[in-house]
Order: sequence, then C-alpha cells, then structure tokens
Amino acid sequence: MNFSTDFEKYIARLADSNLIMGQRLSELCSKGPYLEEDIAISNIALDYLGQANMLYELLKKAGNGKYSVDDYVFHRNERNYYNLLLVEQDNGHFGKTMAKIFLYSTYQKILYSQLSKSTNDDIKAIALKSIKEVNYHFKHSRAWVLRLGDGTKESKVKIQESIDELWRFTGEIFESDYVENNLISENIITASNTYYDEWSKIVKDTLLEALLTEPENVVMLTGGKKGLHTEKLGFMLAEMQYLPRTYPNAKW
Amino acid sequence: MVTKEAIWNLLSEIPDPEIPAISIVELGVVRKVDIVDNKYLVSITPTYSGCPALNRMEDDIKKELSKHDIDFEIKTQLYPPWTTDWMSQETKDKLENFGISPPTKIVKCPQCKSSDVELISFFASTACKSMYKCNSCLEPFDHFKCI
Repeated sequence: MNFSTDFEKYIARLADSNLIMGQRLSELCSKGPYLEEDIAISNIALDYLGQANMLYELLKKAGNGKYSVDDYVFHRNERNYYNLLLVEQDNGHFGKTMAKIFLYSTYQKILYSQLSKSTNDDIKAIALKSIKEVNYHFKHSRAWVLRLGDGTKESKVKIQESIDELWRFTGEIFESDYVENNLISENIITASNTYYDEWSKIVKDTLLEALLTEPENVVMLTGGKKGLHTEKLGFMLAEMQYLPRTYPNAKW
Repeated sequence: MVTKEAIWNLLSEIPDPEIPAISIVELGVVRKVDIVDNKYLVSITPTYSGCPALNRMEDDIKKELSKHDIDFEIKTQLYPPWTTDWMSQETKDKLENFGISPPTKIVKCPQCKSSDVELISFFASTACKSMYKCNSCLEPFDHFKCI
C-alpha cells in the first residue's frame, strides 16, 4: 500500500505516530506502579488511539475509501509505517515512559495548536479536538518529570538516563521534507522545523526546574518519516497484526 | 413521519452508558437532528476521541429509533469539539446528586459540599473525569473535567 498524495503521506505520519504511541502505552495496562497511575496511562493510551482513528478516517476519505482503517493498521509492513522513531521505543521503566510522553506531548501541543488554524476543515476539527486531550498528557507527564528529577537520588539518575537515551530521537520531529512543501503553501499545515524553538524552550525550562541537564552534542537518529525504523517497531507490529492476518475474518 | 421534536424526545430517554443519571442529549453528544432525503440524520460527537462509550451510544440510538420504525442515519461530527460548557445547570445538578462533581472551575465534594479538596489524578475511571479526595469528609470522588 503506497500513498499517492503528499496529503496522505503527511496524515499517515501523524496517524502512525499516535497509533504506535497508543499501542506502546497500552502494553502497560494493568502493570502501572499503582492503580491511579495505571488508569492514567490507559486513558492516555486511549486518547492516542482515538486520535489515530480520526486521522485514519481522514486518510480513508482522502483515499476515496479504497482502504479501511483496519487495512491501514493491520496490513502495512514496517517499511510502510511512517511514525517517529521516538514513539516506537520500548516503555522501559516508569521514568522512561513519562519522559517519552513528556517529549512527545510537548511537540503535539505545538503541532495541534498550529493545525487548528488549517485551511482544511477536517484537519482543523481533529486538531481542535485533540489539543484538549494533549494538554492533560502534557501536564501529567511534566509533573512526573519534575517529581522524579527533583526526587530521590535514584529517581533523578533514572529520569536523567531516560532523557539522555531518548534525546537522539527528538531531532527527527523537526525535520521538514518535500512532503510538507505543497501543504505549507496551501496553508493546510505549517512546517515541522518551525516547531523547534517553542519545543526547546518548554523542554529546557522543565529540565531546569526538575534539576536535570539537557543532553549536549547528541547525534540525532532519523528515518521514521521515510519508513526506516529502529529494530523495535517490527516486533511490535508482529504482535499487533498477528491476529487479523492469521484469521482474516475474525470478529470480536 | 414523526416530528423532529419527537426524535429529540426519544433521544433524551437514552441514558449515558457510563453515567446513567444523565441522558446522551444532556451530555451534549447528540448535536443535530436534520431531515435529509426523507430520512433523519442524527449527528453525534465524541466526548474524548478514544471514548469507548461512543459506539455503545450509537448502538443505543439505533435500538431506540428502530423500535419506532424511524428511517434514520447516524453521522459522527468532530467540529465544533465537544465541551463541558454545553451542559446545563440542571444537568450539572444531576451529576452532583449522582456523586460526581460537575465540570465547574471550583471543585466541591459532591458528598459534603466542602471545597477543601485535593487532586489525586488528572485521570479517573473514564477519560472525561479526574480523581479527587475530600479533606473534610475524606471521601474520594470523581470530577468531570472542564474541557
């Protein structure tokens, strides 16, 4: 399955990142450190899956209904997934999960506030809907980064290690390429590389407040937007896609 | 053909599957009832994008309207995004009587009405609620988030 238009390619990137983020987090359902946090993580996962669903519905509409939402999710291979590398990384320990949500939701807040001004009514509607949810993901994960950074000796080491480990996947978020060009000139989207300054400021301020250090001189990894992934994604898709591929007509 | 008003009345009888104290109309999920090509078009909007109750609400609407031999279609609309501002004071009172603190800026305990409360988590039993504890009567309670 190949996407023929820039619009579809761009929407697929957003949809895939949300889907993979949601699927990853849902692995923690019933494994949270305590009940309230378990519920919080499951709720956040659900929001990401809901946002992914709206975006796949838009993709379906753009593709004139040739493929269903399930086709997009269950019948594409790793090389045809266009999510960010950041979101496919494993959950690790609780601190790493929160660091990941924090880095991603900070970007999403900026992204959706830009897309809420889109000339495309569908994108605008999805952005306005999603931003309300993302604000809670951001508040929640930011509070944990502060608490763990300014917490015990062990929590500080662990959250710092998580930020250091995930940092190399953040550069890619702000890469703009040919897929974005026409959409930008039609005011459908704004360029990913214009989000960096605001993202950087929020993240910097939070790390400072959390008594953590911003990683320096990190070589950034890239490829997700082109379908080139880390080794983590394949395993995840294999598990997620196994059932509908093995039993194509399975019903709940 | 029954009147639009009759459709609204039928829809007002359908309770929210997770908060049966209020109806799906009071919750603000049903946005519009239009007549298109001699058919009723019912527009609904999700509270949260991943809310699992939306499918159930759709099924409940189908069940209710089919009972009355009404020709209809259900459409999901995303814009304008659902907001708790659409809830009337009467609906908020119903929520409070049901034990859920309604979506208001000042959070009060639905049991003892104290405003000496403490946030436990931004997320609770459903996506639309957060979790609080009352410092006066020590009861935990759900608060409908203002969005």
